[in-house]
Amino acid sequence: MTKLLEVRNLAKAFGGIQAVDNVSFELEAGQLLAMIGPNGAGKSTCFNLINGQLYPDRGGITILGQRTNGRKPRDVWKLGVGRTFQITCTFSSMTVLENVQMALLSYHKQTRSLFRKVRRLYVNESMELLELVGIAAQSRRACGVLAYGDLKRVELAVALANRPKLLLMDEPTAGMGPAERSQLMELTSAIVRTRKIGVLFTEHDMDVVFTHADRIIVLNRGELVAQGTPSQVRANVKVQEIYLGTGKTPGTAFPTS
Amino acid sequence: MLQVEDLNTFYGKAQILFDMRLAVKRGEIVVLLGRNGAGKTTTFKSIMGIVRPQSGKIMFKGRPIQTLPPYKTCALGLGYVPEDRRIFSGLSILENLEVGKQPPRAGLEPWTPARLFELFPNLGERPHQRGGTLSGGEQQMLTIARTLMGNPEMIILDEPSEGLAPVIVAQLARTILRLKQEGVSILLAEQNLNFANYVGDRVYIVYHGSICYESAIAELSAEAYEKYCALQIGGG
Amino acid sequence: MDRTLGFYIVQFLTGLADASALFLVACGLSLIFGVSRIVNLAHGSFYMVGAYVAYYLIGFFSEGGCAFWAGIVLAAVVVGLIGVGIEVLLLRRLYGAPELFMLFATFGVVLIMQDLSRWLFGAEDLLGPRAPGLAGSVNIRGTLLPQYDLALILIAPLILGVLWLLLNRTRWGILVRAATEDREMSDALGVNQTRLFTSVFFLGSFLAGLGGAIQLPKGGANLLMDLNTIAEAFVVVVVGGMGSIPGAYLAAVIIGELGSFGVLVFPESTLVLMFLVMAVVLVIRPHGLLGQAGAGAHVAFRAAEAVLQPASKKLKLLGLACLVLILVMPVLVGTFQLVLLTEIALFALASMSLYFMMGPGGMVSFGHAAFFGGGAYAAALLVHYLQTPMELAVLLAPLLVGLLALIIGWFCVRLSGVYMAMLTLAFAQICWSIVFQWGEVTGGDDGLLSIWPSQWASDKIVFYYLTMILSIGGILVLRYFIFTPFGYTMRACRDSALRVDSIGINLARHQCLAFAVAGVFAGLAGGLYVFSKGSVFPDEMAIPRSFDFLFMVLLGGVETLFGPIAGAAAFTWLHDQISRTDFWQLILGCIFVLLVVAFPQGIVGSINVRWGRFFANQNH
Repeated sequence: MTKLLEVRNLAKAFGGIQAVDNVSFELEAGQLLAMIGPNGAGKSTCFNLINGQLYPDRGGITILGQRTNGRKPRDVWKLGVGRTFQITCTFSSMTVLENVQMALLSYHKQTRSLFRKVRRLYVNESMELLELVGIAAQSRRACGVLAYGDLKRVELAVALANRPKLLLMDEPTAGMGPAERSQLMELTSAIVRTRKIGVLFTEHDMDVVFTHADRIIVLNRGELVAQGTPSQVRANVKVQEIYLGTGKTPGTAFPTS
Repeated sequence: MLQVEDLNTFYGKAQILFDMRLAVKRGEIVVLLGRNGAGKTTTFKSIMGIVRPQSGKIMFKGRPIQTLPPYKTCALGLGYVPEDRRIFSGLSILENLEVGKQPPRAGLEPWTPARLFELFPNLGERPHQRGGTLSGGEQQMLTIARTLMGNPEMIILDEPSEGLAPVIVAQLARTILRLKQEGVSILLAEQNLNFANYVGDRVYIVYHGSICYESAIAELSAEAYEKYCALQIGGG
Repeated sequence: MDRTLGFYIVQFLTGLADASALFLVACGLSLIFGVSRIVNLAHGSFYMVGAYVAYYLIGFFSEGGCAFWAGIVLAAVVVGLIGVGIEVLLLRRLYGAPELFMLFATFGVVLIMQDLSRWLFGAEDLLGPRAPGLAGSVNIRGTLLPQYDLALILIAPLILGVLWLLLNRTRWGILVRAATEDREMSDALGVNQTRLFTSVFFLGSFLAGLGGAIQLPKGGANLLMDLNTIAEAFVVVVVGGMGSIPGAYLAAVIIGELGSFGVLVFPESTLVLMFLVMAVVLVIRPHGLLGQAGAGAHVAFRAAEAVLQPASKKLKLLGLACLVLILVMPVLVGTFQLVLLTEIALFALASMSLYFMMGPGGMVSFGHAAFFGGGAYAAALLVHYLQTPMELAVLLAPLLVGLLALIIGWFCVRLSGVYMAMLTLAFAQICWSIVFQWGEVTGGDDGLLSIWPSQWASDKIVFYYLTMILSIGGILVLRYFIFTPFGYTMRACRDSALRVDSIGINLARHQCLAFAVAGVFAGLAGGLYVFSKGSVFPDEMAIPRSFDFLFMVLLGGVETLFGPIAGAAAFTWLHDQISRTDFWQLILGCIFVLLVVAFPQGIVGSINVRWGRFFANQNH
């Protein structure tokens, strides 16, 4: 198996607070890797470091064999990395279709063209992606008026436009109902298996994590406290203590049906 | 204490609340359950006067408040803890508390930073630390403490447990029950059913901007819970 | 002059003294903006009025040390109260309206205060009185420094200290800082925002008035102070860092020193040096010297958010009808109206190019006159010095302006929202000052004369048709661009910088190109304009001209593609009607203010709400 992503001793501090400290992990093609941990554990910082939005203080990030420390997000994207955001981030004045067309225009290096009208460009290709994520029926609606769960699907379609090898998904199912959640994650799993890509995702819903992830890494206060298969992580005493809880206090017994 | 009747609120042309109604009695903890986008936050913002409802009535301690600006609603004794915490990140813990400070209220022992640090020991350790550098859990504590500085008779909590580690959630639940003992009425929004079960007295389920279910928390049957889940699916 | 060590020390101290007044204005501007999110363009006017009022108060109190300082403080208080009056009577009605409209209302106030000052205080420059007891000079190793400069040098750090204490050690200061971060939340915590705004407005205006008053003995009072000061204050805010008061002081000192030493190096235009420093600072630290990343970044002018629709059949028919009307116009009206129509067409093209940046691009420019006037000057200079024929000049002018826009854009796209707008204004003011001060080349205030069209186009009717073809063509081309991948990319950059970056699009590069495209078309309008008038003056590049264009776009409504045309027509006609009266700026200012209060969506925008359904795309 090829290693899509290798993170070595990654560290980043903000004004004296160590947001990410000495974190190392890797991700192989065909795998879903979940990153969990309480708020402020450094998940988003980790994502932004890998994505290129932040510059690491120490450590190295290697994507598809290329060291990407300090590369800008748009250059990381060119290596074949797609990204969805925790708080959905679409072009609200455009339709669903146009959002995907935009990503394809960028992929085909057309963004500076002043000649043809967008209306006729990459429509079929865009519709295929929208069908894949199951939102083709809403292709003519403005993203500004879409429901939250639907926006998450648009984000996925946009992220898939550059035929990525690696997908970074920040809370892909936040704001969705339980059925919708598992549907989206099954879709993601299917894409991972058929296209042999890798997915790194963060998630608060433990159901989603333990059902769909191949491997899990656990962060707390910027440090990696555990990694392994779902059953290994579930059995980890330290993880139970800081994150999952022992089930004796309220709010800790997660419905795990 | 608080009574909301036939509230209709719009964002631009989109109607968010449809004849929303609910009531909170003195000393009670009432929970609003519902998925993202159901209208919980909009209900709270309408009550506080942050968004102006198109029609409907909001009574607080027997006075209509639907036309009051937020600062006047707050002065009447209704405190608000928003979903995203909204700590003043450039201000220290003590300064954050200072912003929330209001005159003492008859019949309630006034909150002081010292008294709040007893309730939230973590905050008392570093009172001059900037709000923006606190952890998520600490920020949630600070935002509640900040609201308490206004000596409210009732507080509105928007999804207090969201994004917190289960151990912190448990701590938060105990704090909320402690506040109830102090005589503070509480209206809170939740998606975490266990949390709601532990702290709540009564429950409303919100769906598409109106109440679709209401009962005492003990009576929140498996059936109703199923319905709640079903609505979550149906809403997608 | 002898350049001894003493000379350099005195130059340095003079720079520090100059910095004081500038610092006071800039931190007042910054405080008001922080809390109310209003870019108060009238802040320079407050500064000017502070100087005038201090002049008269000191004169009124007659002689004596007390009278001087009492006059200065009282003048600042008066200006503070004027600020409160404006906030209570005007701006308070506009909270919640788009930021651009609030800003526009403050520009109306600038015009009103300009004419009122001319009426009350006269057009003559006033020389300030000497400060009693500080009228002499100190000898620093053989070079003299006015004693009063030493007082000025001390005042700024003193105020800086007082402000720091006020903001960090008082409840009021904590509330101001809280409101600067999150107005809505501090409201919900029981803080009366209205009262807080008014008090901050008082303090901010007080500081501006104080700045104007204390520099009176040094610089006197004149009617150019308002716009010159606001441009410099913008530079200070941008260089110092958003919302940082120590940063404002640091930047004010840098600008002061540049002015002081710059005269020695490049006496024609010290502003060029200011430009260079600003450029260097922004390249190294995009958020200013002491600014923090992200501060103020969430403040953006939200413009068109609707999904783009191609023109409907009805709209196309309406356009066709207009076209026919334009075609037969020369038969229907006289030469005078034709000239007016020519002007309208050129302004429409220029404001369409501004719309192109503002609407789809989401980049508000307060300095579009630099491109329009730049085109006019480029053409005029080509004709004047190289005897270039009209055809070539009209072709080259847009290209030269496109280049200028590319350079200005390269800096501006490092910022966003209101800070970008401030920067465009500063750049435009620099361009204006070069044209204004570099008299040997540009003719300075006297402008460049006798720039006439080629023989074949010299007839008013022929020139009318030429203008119409080029400007309508330009407008249609710009409109077409909005529907192309580049236009979509611009809108994408406006909607979400984060998403754009994560699909591999270089935001800065595309925005910079958008500047260039807008510049080319504004330059074309400017190039043609100079031939229609036969002459060009620095006014075409000045700040009021920039705001004319902004007003045309806003009058038409930012939400509509054809708004700029309607806006240009309405504005040019209006301007033509009132420009013959004595106090036309006063009238124009009042109209600005009233329109903003009455039509917060712009005229076409308001019509659109009513008639939108009629013109909506039926086949959708």
